[in-house]
Amino acid sequence: MIATATIPLLRELRRRLGAENVLGAPSELVVYECDGFTIEKNRPDAVVFPRSTEQVSEVVKLCARYGASIVPRGAGTSLAGGCLPVGGGVVVMLTRMKRILTIDLRNRMAVVEAGVPNLELSRALAGSGFHFAPDPSSQTASTIGGNVATNAGGPHTLKYGVTLNHVLGLEAVLADGSVLQIGPVPDPAGLDLLGVLVGSEGTLAIVTKVWVRLTPNPEDYRTLRAIFTSVDDATNAISDIIAAGILPAAMELMDQGIIAAVEEAYRFGFPLDAKAIAVIEVDGPAAGLDEQERRVETICRRWNAREVLRAADPRQRELLWKCRKMAVGAVGRLSPSYCIQDGVVPRTRLPHILRRIAEIGAKHRVRIVNVAHAGDGNVHPILLFDERDRDEVARVLEAGREVLAECIASGGSVTAEHGIGVEKLDFMSRLFAPADLKAMRRLREAFDPAGRLNPGKLLPSECGASAQT
Amino acid sequence: MSDLKNPGEGIDFGLFLDCVHCGLCTSACPTYTELGDENDGPRGRVYLMRQVAEGRLGLDARIRKHLDLCLDCRACETACPSGVHYGRLIEPFRLAVEEAEHQRSVVKRYDWFRQLVLFRLFPYANRIRLAMTPVRWLQRLGIYGWMERLGLFKLVPGRLGHMVTLVGPLVDQGPKLPKFLPAKGRRRARVAFFVGCVAEAMFRHTHWATLRVLQENGCDVLIPEGQGCCGAIHFHAGSSDGARKLADANVAAFDLAEIDAVIVNHGGCGAMLKEYGLHWHDDLQPARRRFAEKVKDINEFLDQLGLVPPSGRIEATATYHDACHLGHAQKVREAPRRLLAQIPGLALRELPETEICCGSAGTYNLNQPAMAQRLMRRKLENILKTGAQIVLASNAGCLLQIGREVRQRRAPLVVLHPMDLLDMSYRDAKPAIASTPARR
Ligand SMILES: Cc1cc2nc3c(=O)[nH]c(=O)nc-3n(C[C@H](O)[C@H](O)[C@H](O)COP(=O)(O)OP(=O)(O)OC[C@H]3O[C@@H](n4cnc5c(N)ncnc54)[C@H](O)[C@@H]3O)c2cc1C
Ligand code: SF4
Ligand code: SF4
Repeated sequence: MIATATIPLLRELRRRLGAENVLGAPSELVVYECDGFTIEKNRPDAVVFPRSTEQVSEVVKLCARYGASIVPRGAGTSLAGGCLPVGGGVVVMLTRMKRILTIDLRNRMAVVEAGVPNLELSRALAGSGFHFAPDPSSQTASTIGGNVATNAGGPHTLKYGVTLNHVLGLEAVLADGSVLQIGPVPDPAGLDLLGVLVGSEGTLAIVTKVWVRLTPNPEDYRTLRAIFTSVDDATNAISDIIAAGILPAAMELMDQGIIAAVEEAYRFGFPLDAKAIAVIEVDGPAAGLDEQERRVETICRRWNAREVLRAADPRQRELLWKCRKMAVGAVGRLSPSYCIQDGVVPRTRLPHILRRIAEIGAKHRVRIVNVAHAGDGNVHPILLFDERDRDEVARVLEAGREVLAECIASGGSVTAEHGIGVEKLDFMSRLFAPADLKAMRRLREAFDPAGRLNPGKLLPSECGASAQT
Repeated sequence: MSDLKNPGEGIDFGLFLDCVHCGLCTSACPTYTELGDENDGPRGRVYLMRQVAEGRLGLDARIRKHLDLCLDCRACETACPSGVHYGRLIEPFRLAVEEAEHQRSVVKRYDWFRQLVLFRLFPYANRIRLAMTPVRWLQRLGIYGWMERLGLFKLVPGRLGHMVTLVGPLVDQGPKLPKFLPAKGRRRARVAFFVGCVAEAMFRHTHWATLRVLQENGCDVLIPEGQGCCGAIHFHAGSSDGARKLADANVAAFDLAEIDAVIVNHGGCGAMLKEYGLHWHDDLQPARRRFAEKVKDINEFLDQLGLVPPSGRIEATATYHDACHLGHAQKVREAPRRLLAQIPGLALRELPETEICCGSAGTYNLNQPAMAQRLMRRKLENILKTGAQIVLASNAGCLLQIGREVRQRRAPLVVLHPMDLLDMSYRDAKPAIASTPARR
């Protein structure tokens, strides 16, 4: 968008939304130039805070009139640059739409506005016997709208599935400003628009309201931590647990580097000499749990687990999960910047991929630490660097690309849950056949012919160029 | 502005680099939760300060507004997995901004309110007490309550009006504090007590309660002369020099060799005392650091010492509010809960959003009354949700702020310091709770 067009657009936006809901000064826009991914930055032309679906619709129509692009943004925890205002435009913040509208336990459903933080809903449900299952590690901050837009997963995805499995309906504003409602009662006739919109990273519509499924809390849990002396042993044990027909609620891995960061942050008491720790939770009817716990322990011991310990009480369980979920953030203690990858491989290839990651790190002189939703074969290698060191940044980017290429070569993919954003654009043409990409592009054109909704994300442009920097 | 010093200059740049921009802190921040603008959240504020420090942005009125709105409650430090020392960024930054303005002298150094009320009045307990005399007379005459309920104090202009309404109802404050109080029973420790300014003027009864609890727990207590205000009010209002002078007077007043700990019973003062060693880099820094290392919050101290269990029953439901400067800045969260749990008969309910500031935040409620009011309302809603009859907080500011809201809304709640309640249990006294709990 050309800067001169911004002034009348800003004036209109202020008139419609009220000046307190519009930012236009450079010094207030600068914090919106990036999200959890900081390698690329670009300042938007305006930031707006609509308070209702109608206002979102008005903003979209105004932007259409002035030819401005639109970037939806929730908590801005995207790790793939999903909120990067490529080429400027208007950032639409959903954070002032954060009411929990209904909690309907009888129908196991809640209706929330898009800006409600994930944890806020869990808090509102405390004591009800139900919860919202998607539990991304960013759940304290990330919004349900953002979770929907990225189809977020979390440790408990292993058993309970990703966000898509827990969305019953959506209200969303389309590129022409019209308001779409899908669900909440499933209608087998018609195309599956829910499946199309969930995970579309703000490129097809702006989600304003979500009908979410509530899941009954399991009767009981056992949360174990198994301490291993090699990463290989840990990943093999994890593979074997699934192979034995056990389906834990979650199965997570932290390597030695991560353990050091987490221990510094939360002083759980993890042994710092352990090469890997697996956090394994089994849940369900209390009756079968002891047996499951015993079988998990046996398998871990078979793979030389030094110790297998059960969380002593709910408090310790909570702290254990806090350690695991905050692990990525805690990496800030190890280095000034990091770049987290989101590779996924068939579970049996876990030992292989983690070995290769270590080799790639050594080759490029980049320190890499790992957390993994190991049960899903989802690895998060975290590459550590100092953004002021240009040479190191280049090596990190190269190492990252190599890690992801290795994931694809191992029969996997470059993202399980963080999305494509701008960061993974280059990989799309390697993941998908030209025909697949074309179909997706046409779908996007059908929703947004002018290409103004979150442009430069998710799908590479026809010529294959990635986002501008 | 080019001749001015960059306010980020004195800040160790590494402290900015600790922030990896993950955004996990945002939802813990009271102002972000209220406003939803990243500029009013910790990640955004760190980013803004860094931009200014790097010379990419000039410090304009908008940035100042967003930084001024920060409560310095440090909830973001608790939430941040990366260990960002947010307080060590915002505090020196603000000080530098104030100093830069002073140099520019386009703006008067401090407005009349700060000059008079914050600097001439607050650090001195006796002056505060004197200043409260008119209010106290109204209370003695029995018309204060009516005036408050009729909203007549709203006629007192601006921030002064806010201050008037903070003054609580009359309580028997007890006599002047002595120089020494002996332990009861076997002596387990020897401590010195920090008195402070507002705390001494308005919460002397809580000081007495604290001292009696210390005695019950086998502590000899010294109350050294020559000590004064902790300096937090000066420091947070941008007067580093004023704060340093007060700090050094305190450091000189306590003879560390003869005591096991310096005990402080209000979170705001405690946080300041514990950070004496960080703020000023001069010859006295080692002495300040040694002093700071001896400082213990009363809850923390008793919890570590092992509380002598009180025996007086208090049949009531209570909830504990984490004062920011105790919970976030000093990371003392479990200790007060563990102490209170030992009072027979007391049912302790967790307060929803206990980590969110009540809006008091030192003198914040005087400078940013609108946001303070929003946060206070939110806090009271949460307190009422618990159905508690007693609400406990370990900090003068919170006690005043919550106390005023309770009075104005006529909520059936008693607002106390944990030491007040523990002391009652030791003495087998009962709090004046309403017969029906404040359930909604
Ligand atoms: C420390 C850390 C840990 C993380 N752990 C996980 C994890 O375990 N699992 C996981 O899946 N992700 C994880 N993430 C990534 C991120 O938190 C998720 O993608 C989350 O769902 C994003 O939510 P948000 O509200 O922050 O969205 P944002 O970051 O604001 O936006 C993300 C994308 O969604 C779009 N968007 C946001 N809101 C809307 C809306 N209402 N309508 C349309 N489009 C919208 C944006 O345009 C952008 O493309 C983690 C991130 C961090 C920083
Ligand atoms: S949580 Fe910490 S590292 Fe993350 S954005 Fe906030 S201050 Fe920065
Ligand atoms: S100190 Fe409090 S108000 Fe300031 S940024 Fe941190 S959480 Fe927000």
